[in-house]
Amino acid sequence: MSAKPFAVLPPAAAPVATPSQWADWGLWDAPKRIFTPRVLVGLVAAFGVCLLAGEAYAQLNGQQRPGVLATIWRWLPLILLGPPGEVGGFLLNILVSFLTMAIGTVTGIILGVLQVSQGLIVRRVAWAVTQFFRNSPWLVLLFFAILLLPFRMNLFGEIVPFPSWIKAVIGLALPIMANIAEVTRGAINSIPTGQWESAESLAFARGQTFRLIILPQCVKRMLPPWMNWYAILTMATTLISIVGVADSMTLTQQALAAEGGRSELLIPMYGMLLLLFFLYCYPIARWTLYLERRYAIVT
Amino acid sequence: MAWTSAQPIVSLKNVRKAFGDFEVLKGISFDVKKGEVICIIGPSGSGKSTVLRCINALVPINEGSITVEGQEVHDPRLNKLELRKKVGMVFQQYNLFPHRTALENIMMAPIHVLRQNKEKVREKAIKLLAKVRLAGKENSYPGELSGGQQQRVAIARSLAMNPDIMLFDEVTAALDPETVKEVLVTIRELAEEGMTCLLVTHEMGFAREVGDHIYFTDRGVIVEHGPPKEFFASAKDPRTREFLSQVL
Amino acid sequence: MAGLAEWFRSLYTDYGINFVHFYDDYERARFFRGMWVTIKISAVSVLASIVIGILGAWLQTSGNRFVRSFTQGYIQFFRNTPPLVQMYFFYFALGPLLPRVHTEYGTLQPMLSNFTWAAISLSFFAGAFNVEIFRSGIEAVPRTMTEAASALGYTQMQVYRYVVFPLGIRIVIPALTNNIVNLIKTTTLAYAIAVPEALFVANQIWSDRVNVMEMMLTLFVFYIGLVGIVVWVMDRWEKALRIPGYGQ
Repeated sequence: MSAKPFAVLPPAAAPVATPSQWADWGLWDAPKRIFTPRVLVGLVAAFGVCLLAGEAYAQLNGQQRPGVLATIWRWLPLILLGPPGEVGGFLLNILVSFLTMAIGTVTGIILGVLQVSQGLIVRRVAWAVTQFFRNSPWLVLLFFAILLLPFRMNLFGEIVPFPSWIKAVIGLALPIMANIAEVTRGAINSIPTGQWESAESLAFARGQTFRLIILPQCVKRMLPPWMNWYAILTMATTLISIVGVADSMTLTQQALAAEGGRSELLIPMYGMLLLLFFLYCYPIARWTLYLERRYAIVT
Repeated sequence: MAWTSAQPIVSLKNVRKAFGDFEVLKGISFDVKKGEVICIIGPSGSGKSTVLRCINALVPINEGSITVEGQEVHDPRLNKLELRKKVGMVFQQYNLFPHRTALENIMMAPIHVLRQNKEKVREKAIKLLAKVRLAGKENSYPGELSGGQQQRVAIARSLAMNPDIMLFDEVTAALDPETVKEVLVTIRELAEEGMTCLLVTHEMGFAREVGDHIYFTDRGVIVEHGPPKEFFASAKDPRTREFLSQVL
Repeated sequence: MAGLAEWFRSLYTDYGINFVHFYDDYERARFFRGMWVTIKISAVSVLASIVIGILGAWLQTSGNRFVRSFTQGYIQFFRNTPPLVQMYFFYFALGPLLPRVHTEYGTLQPMLSNFTWAAISLSFFAGAFNVEIFRSGIEAVPRTMTEAASALGYTQMQVYRYVVFPLGIRIVIPALTNNIVNLIKTTTLAYAIAVPEALFVANQIWSDRVNVMEMMLTLFVFYIGLVGIVVWVMDRWEKALRIPGYGQ
C-alpha cells in the first residue's frame, strides 16, 4: 500500500484470497459440493436447536397450541413469496437484489471509468461522488431515497407511481454504485501500463483502448469482488423492512404478531429467516472463492 | 514543403527532455534516411529508450525538434494517431493483448483504427504471421506462446499498420539466448526489404552486421557515431572504447 | 457561538432552511446525545470485535478439530446472514430468554438493554470478519521467522507476542480499517431496535420539525466525518509502525 495523499478515505477493496486461506477450508481441490457434509450437519444441528428451544419453551409454559414446526410450515409460503397476488417476502428480497445490482453495476462501471478520465474536473467529481456514497451508512441512504424521492412522477405527461420498493432499489443502488466504481477503478489500475502503451502505439483512440483492450481484461478481475458485493447487497435488502416494504423480514414479524406473540416461536421463526438467507448467500460465497482462485492474478 | 525521400525521414535537432529535475536527454541531434537501419547503443540510463519514445510522441520533449517525414512530431496541432500510423513501435515486454489470439492481435488495429475490410485484414494478417515464421499459430493465445514467439507476433502486429518507420526498444532484452536469434532474423529480413528501422539494442553482433549507422549515447548525449565497420574497429572517444570493451 | 445560532435561525426564518439543532438548545442536546450514542456503540463494538477476532484467530490454530469447526461455523454464520436479522434474533428471540431484573423502582426490566444487545450483535458480526483478517495477518508472517524464534527458545506464547503479532499487525491494518469503517456504518441498524443513536434521533427531529433534507445533510457530514477521523488515525498508526524496507 503506497502512501495515500489524502488519508481520510478507506483503503481500496480487499486483496484476492491467498492459498493458505483456502487450504484450511479444504478448498484446494475444486469444491465438489457447495454444502459439504460438515456444513449440512452444522445447519441441521443449528436449526434443530432452534426448533427444540421453541418446543422446550412451549412445554415449560404449558402451551397446548399447534406445534412449532407445524406453525412455521404454515407461514413459510407467505414469508417466501409474499401475500397472494403480490410479490413480497423472500422473493421480493431477491428481486430487489437483482434490480439493485443491475442498476448499481451499470452506473458503477461508468463512475469507475470516469474516475480514470483524463479531464481533471471529471475525475475529481467522480471521485467525490464515489467517496460520498461509499462512506455513508446504507440505512441513511435508504431513508434519503424513501423520503426525498416523490411517490409519483410526471413522465412525459403520464403519471407514473413510484412505489416504496422502487425507491428502496434506488436507495440501495447508490452505495453499490460507489463500491462497484472502486472495484472497476482497481481493476483498471491493475492492467499493466504496457497494454496502454502498445495500444497507443497502434494508434488506438482512448475510447477504443477502453472498449477493446482494457475493459475486457478487467471483467475477469472484477468478477470475484462483484459477487462479494452481490452477497453483501442481498443481506442488506432486509433493510427495506425498516422503511415499511413487505419483504421476508416484515412478513416474519407480522406472522409472529398474527400468532398472538407466542414466545416459543421467536427463536424458530427468526432462526428460519437466518437459515433462508444462509442457504442463499453461502453458495454465493463459495462460488466467489472458486472464482477468485480461478482468476488469481499473479502480480 | 512536401517531404521527399531525398530528405531525412526522421530528423532530431537538439532534443532535450527532463523528467522532473532529472535531465535525460541533453541535446540529441541526428538524421535518419529512408531505408536506413540505425542502432542506438549505450549504458542503461543513457536515454536510449526515451529517444524512441519521443519519436513516436509517447513522451513529450522540453526543447528541440523532431520531424518525421517532414512533419514536426511535437506540434500541438498534430493528430498523434496519424503519426502512429506511420511509426510502429515494438517493446521489450511485447505487450500483446492477452485476451485475444495471435491473429486477432494483429487484426485489431487495422480493423478498428484504419477501418479496413475484415476479410482483407485477415488475409494480410495470415501472411504477416507466415512472414515472421509463425504460420499455424493463428489461434494461439499469447499465454500459449514462448517469449520469442510473442515478440514476433508483436512485430507482425506493428507491421499490420503498414508503417514507414519501425522502432524497436530493446526487443530481445527479455528473451533467452536461443530465442533472441529468431527475432533478430525477423528484423534483419525487414531491414533487407527496405524498412527504415531504429533499434535500441545490446546485440552488438546484430548491430555490426545489419546496421547502417551506430549511435553511442551516454548520459543523455550522443558521444560518438559512425558506420559499423569504423565504429567497432576504431572508436575514437575513450568512453566509447570503455563501453565497447565491456560488452564485446 | 450565539452569533452562529442567530445566523442559523435567520436562515430558517428567511429561507426556510431549518438546521434546527444549531439554534435550538433542546434539539441540539438531543442530537448530540444521539451522536454520542453512535460513538459509544461504535467504540464498544470495535473493541469487542477485535478481541473476538484475536480469540477466533487463535482458536483456528487449535489442534482440536471440533474447536476449529466450531469457529469456522461461527464465521460462516455471521458472514452469510443479514446483520439486521442477527440483531433482531439477539434482541427479540434471545432477549426474552434471559431473566428479568429489578430496577431501582421495583419494576422488572430485561437484563440487557437494547444498547447492549446491539453492541453484542455488532461485535459478533464484525468479529467474524476480523477472525479472517487476523488469520491472514498471522499467516503472512513467514514460517521461517517463527521457527527461528522457537529455535532461540521462545515459548509458543512468546513467539506470538514478540514475533507474529508485531509483524502481522502491520499487514492487516488496511483490511482492519475497512472493517472498522463498515462497522461504524452498520451501527445505524440499531435504529431498528430503538437504540437512540444518531439516525434514530435525527428521525425524531425531522418528524417533529419537518426538515428531512437538513437532518440528512447533517447525518452525512457526521458519518463521513467520523469515518474520516478513524481512517486518519489508523493511517497515522500504520505510518508510525512502518519498518524501512518491509512491505512497501
